[in-house]
Amino acid sequence: MALPEVIVTKNLIKKYKDVCAVEDLNLQVNSGEVFGFLGPNGAGKTTTIRVLTTLAKPTAGSVWVAGYDVTREPEKVKKVISVVQQHLTLDLDLNVKENMELHARLHHIRGADRKQRINELIDYVGLTKQGGKMVTDLSGGMKKAAMIARALIHRPKVLFLDEPTVGLDVQMRRRIWELIRRLNSDGTTIFLTTHYIEEAEALCSSVGIVNEGRLIALGKPNELREKVGLMAVETLVDGKFAHYQYFPDRDAATMYAQSLPAEVKTIIIRDSNLEDVFVELTGKKVGDEER
Amino acid sequence: MLWVDLRFLSRNWLKTLATTLVAPVLYLLAFGYGLGRGVTVEGYSYLEFVIPGIIALTAMTTSFNAAGMKLHVDRLFYKCFDEALMAPVSSFALIFGKTLIGVVRGLLSTVALLVACFAFSPLPAVSGLFWLTLVVTCFAFSFLGVLVALIAKSHQDMSVFMSLVILPMSFLSGTFFSLNQVPAVLRVALSLSPLTHTSLCLRASALGQPFPWWSLAVLVGFGAAFFGLCFVALRRTSS
Repeated sequence: MALPEVIVTKNLIKKYKDVCAVEDLNLQVNSGEVFGFLGPNGAGKTTTIRVLTTLAKPTAGSVWVAGYDVTREPEKVKKVISVVQQHLTLDLDLNVKENMELHARLHHIRGADRKQRINELIDYVGLTKQGGKMVTDLSGGMKKAAMIARALIHRPKVLFLDEPTVGLDVQMRRRIWELIRRLNSDGTTIFLTTHYIEEAEALCSSVGIVNEGRLIALGKPNELREKVGLMAVETLVDGKFAHYQYFPDRDAATMYAQSLPAEVKTIIIRDSNLEDVFVELTGKKVGDEER
Repeated sequence: MLWVDLRFLSRNWLKTLATTLVAPVLYLLAFGYGLGRGVTVEGYSYLEFVIPGIIALTAMTTSFNAAGMKLHVDRLFYKCFDEALMAPVSSFALIFGKTLIGVVRGLLSTVALLVACFAFSPLPAVSGLFWLTLVVTCFAFSFLGVLVALIAKSHQDMSVFMSLVILPMSFLSGTFFSLNQVPAVLRVALSLSPLTHTSLCLRASALGQPFPWWSLAVLVGFGAAFFGLCFVALRRTSS
């Protein structure tokens, strides 16, 4: 029977010399979820992924992935996870299929099964015509798709995607989103980090919001929105200053808007979003650089 | 691990071989046929004396570069070494796999150099001990290449190591001159270089002198030490 929780961290701390990149992180991701780890650049998202995927050792605390302790049983963890890193990690001296073959060999997938799996996945991510091309000849989106195809070779239970659409154009971003949804519906649990609010809202069934290495909110997007208020009233004075107020429902938001003085020329009533949650909790925008 | 490096080699074999052989062939022409013409060392013509030294330094630089530079690029620039670290592969397999390309290329370039030597001069006596020394040398310097590539934090670190360690070693380790010509203190200092022991073994084997087994043992010791240190360096990459 599949474990309900595939990722669990308890009091995870990761320090680099004196800098605490992840501070006392308690996290739980259930099987079959698309979990979004949301936060500004430098918040500790990539460091957390590195610990969860055995690339970095925790300074303190416990971490289990698919029921295995990442510190004590890294080899078992490696067999059931895969990672698509934020930066390009394809071997530029190889073509797309060769990159996939290397990954398959490293995961001990042999002979005919290896060849069949490579061809299936190349088709799956829409790179049928690009299989023999050198990595340097691919567009940014194709490189990302090739990295995803490579990551799926050994049929991982959990796929980590670190900022999967950073630097991609809108069309390619949508294609990658489609691919992520398809993977999830095929049974893969997805853990993705992003600092794009719309990405988290479009894909994630639950999210954790991290800031300065600390988890500041965890839950389903709607639950988090309810905490600050499902409706937002945005007011602009002289087109310069934006002020936000949050309300539990549209009626309360409308009543507030009607009570505003006549100098307020622009009033926007809209659904709140995860950006509002983040701003309310931290006083900063998600795109702000932290450190 | 070797498969990927062989793919690269098969795609670039001519370029790789040509660039590997430029320096040793130039040394051979400049020192062996140019400066060394008419000179004798320890009763042998300078050409006979210097060929084993040039083969030693070729084996060293080729093995070190082949194992070290590709890993260095994979780790710091292509970042694809992370994929190998996240695969269920043992540290032994990772280190040994990345080492093998250095051994393969070191031996190939040596064979190519021997063929080049054959075109210009009598071939040195290539015995079993000659090949044994070469294999041990290629392993030792491939392990060193992997070690430095795992430690280096930038391209400059690799260049600094090449300039401060590999380059002096290639000229001073009894490759171009006899260690009997230098003061005793310097001779002791030069014996700390693994390449000195390669030169001694290859020269003795090529010129039919008594084989210095002690030097071969020292060379094996250097290789084992570099191999062991690779594990420490690999563990540090995931700290």
